[in-house]
Amino acid sequence: MSNEAVSGPGAPPRRAIDVVNASLKRRYAKERRFRFMGATAVGLGLAFVVLLFADIIGKGYTAFQQTYVRLPVTLTEDILDPAGTRDPQTLAMANYMAPIRKTLREMYPEVTARRDLRRLYSMISVGAPQLVRERVMADPGLIGTTQELWLLADDDIDMLMKGHIDRDAPEGDRRVKDDMLLWVDRLLGQDRIEKRFNTIFFTHGTSREPELAGIAGALMGSFYTLALALVLSFPIGVGAAIYLEEFAPKNRWTDLIEVNINNLAAVPSIVFGLLGLAVFIGFFGVPRSTPLVAALVLTLMTLPTIIIASRAALKSVPPSIREAALGVGASPLQTQFHHVLPLAMPGMLTGTIIGMAQALGETAPLLMIGMIAFIVDVPGGFTDPSTVLPVQIFLWADSPERGFVERTSAAIMVLLGFLFLMNLAAVLLRRRFERRW
Amino acid sequence: MKKTLIAAAVTLAAASLSTQAMARETIYIVGSSTVFPFSTAVAENFGRTMGFNTPKVESTGSGGGMKLFCAGVGVDHPDITNASRRMKASEFDKCQDAGVEEITEVKVGFDGISIANAKSAPQLDLTLKDVYLALAKDVPDGKGGFMPNPHETWKDVNADLPDSKIEVLGPPPTSGTRDAFVELAMEGGCKSIPEIKDLKKSDKSKFKAVCHGVREDGAYVEAGENDNLIVQKLAANPNALGIFGFSFLDQNTDKVQGSKVSGVAPTYDSIADGSYPISRSLFFYVKNAHVGKIPGMKQYVAEFTSDKAWGPEGYLADKGLISLPDADRASIAAAVNDLVPMSKPE
Repeated sequence: MSNEAVSGPGAPPRRAIDVVNASLKRRYAKERRFRFMGATAVGLGLAFVVLLFADIIGKGYTAFQQTYVRLPVTLTEDILDPAGTRDPQTLAMANYMAPIRKTLREMYPEVTARRDLRRLYSMISVGAPQLVRERVMADPGLIGTTQELWLLADDDIDMLMKGHIDRDAPEGDRRVKDDMLLWVDRLLGQDRIEKRFNTIFFTHGTSREPELAGIAGALMGSFYTLALALVLSFPIGVGAAIYLEEFAPKNRWTDLIEVNINNLAAVPSIVFGLLGLAVFIGFFGVPRSTPLVAALVLTLMTLPTIIIASRAALKSVPPSIREAALGVGASPLQTQFHHVLPLAMPGMLTGTIIGMAQALGETAPLLMIGMIAFIVDVPGGFTDPSTVLPVQIFLWADSPERGFVERTSAAIMVLLGFLFLMNLAAVLLRRRFERRW
Repeated sequence: MKKTLIAAAVTLAAASLSTQAMARETIYIVGSSTVFPFSTAVAENFGRTMGFNTPKVESTGSGGGMKLFCAGVGVDHPDITNASRRMKASEFDKCQDAGVEEITEVKVGFDGISIANAKSAPQLDLTLKDVYLALAKDVPDGKGGFMPNPHETWKDVNADLPDSKIEVLGPPPTSGTRDAFVELAMEGGCKSIPEIKDLKKSDKSKFKAVCHGVREDGAYVEAGENDNLIVQKLAANPNALGIFGFSFLDQNTDKVQGSKVSGVAPTYDSIADGSYPISRSLFFYVKNAHVGKIPGMKQYVAEFTSDKAWGPEGYLADKGLISLPDADRASIAAAVNDLVPMSKPE
């Protein structure tokens, strides 16, 4: 814009600088608005993340502690091993609940009615005898002695200790009745009840009793699934990327394949579940609910991600590297594997880790192949029935017992922890090895 | 590359071979998500006390469970399926066609569906007709036709009810609880309106559409399958009502209260004696051909039908299952012990 163009003969001269000055305020305001909107968007996003984390951690941190009751249990020989043989078979089948109940009766002699006794017994978890059994099996010499044992408390008592049950609510609305409150208070007064670190959560499979439920089964299931998915998808994905990017002729067929791969990356994951159900389970007869079939489905799901990331990584290696290698007499294969691939590897690994992280958090396709199952035993291999972390969270979130609310959040924390670690690994890999040309 | 492909193929083949050759040591149970919490509790106790492997229980929904169960006999197919309704005649035929001939039906108890609100709000006393008029997509317009549901508040539905907005959180159509709610509560209320009752005889499909249609204008909020979430939302919003299984009400009596339906509050006793109108029976089905082949089948069924599990004082009652009357339990347990096969349902 020139001065002459805007200044008329009669009018005062209008210079470009005036036009600019006139619009300056508006332009600054526009920019401020845009910056403000951007900052708001980021702020809002962060606020939601903080809210989410605060909610999950606030609900879940209590799950890492568990209430235990210390009782002087007399491991009477008459009850546990009447024949006195110390035969492991007998010891394994013995009734370890009986001595615990006997101790409770002795501690609270005023409780006699059958109904009240049931409530008294219900303070100790049904899983407590199992822990006593393990102690006795390890050391049969304990039989006949009186041991101060820390016994797992029932989930209702646990919820009370953690303040999730309102003591002031009318008795009828409370799962922990008035007499139980008194019993717990007496235990508290004697220092016989306390919260300790919840090892069960990390060493046990799931359970219908919140106090016995752990994530070990789901963690191992996720581990086997991801390990196998990685073994299957990484070589196939990288191989496909190298072929398509470096060797395949550019024609209509490879274009078609490329379009299809890009489309597959956007296909809803449940479709892969349906495919897995029809092909792997229906046709090949792979057993349901196993890490094997889950890994096959997740491999299909992550392949497009890995292929796309790997191709991008290959593309970013400058052609001069290839030309130099070819120039000194390397074969195309040597060029790829000795020079291009090592340079592209960090990008490929990043893509793979992100794909794996996505697979770790995936639930939908696994619902179709029988992973929403109640499996108590920790899986020991690729063909054992198992479940995975996100599905375990789904199942716990749907359980009525209040103890599962905190456990659900705790499991989410563990899952988020692993996702965070995997993404961190991807970032570090990129930082450490990525080269810019 | 080639090696991996071969390795993958070999794993696949080995896996498929091994399952066919290998006998299964673990009971495999599928079926209803409503029975799932009870079935898993029995499975866990059974595994803990009987010295067998803990059964694998898959939550597939009643229909999905029947499909898997009726697919055939053999270790690849489930041994037991749970259902929150009876097996249909068509499903029974499918079973027969696939060679699953002898099936034992076990009725395990009742499940009530509660309509609850926050403790801080007044307890409502609804009739099934109120429920229908508040939640139906189309209601009679009084001139023989139907109009989109105009009711905004509970007072619009019934002058005795409070003047608060109709806001109900409930399960989505994929849920068995929703099916049962629609069938028992909505259809029950629907039938109490004479002009619709006539419709049942004249035009069955129209009757179904009218009675089973749930409004989509925001008064009924599909809150997902997660009943815990509904309980949390109710505690935060005293105006809202929520629809969920009795076991969730039972676990959260300090936060929510069940509305009375036709004057009856949802309690253990009122559901057990049948006076609370929105309740249904729960079942499981045993594949007789697998008994004796898969270890522990008989013991699992015995555990489920023992008084320490399904009795009124049993551990399933703690989980929210409503026991059958004593006489029914005794006769069913005896029949189940002999594995009396069921006949074709109507």
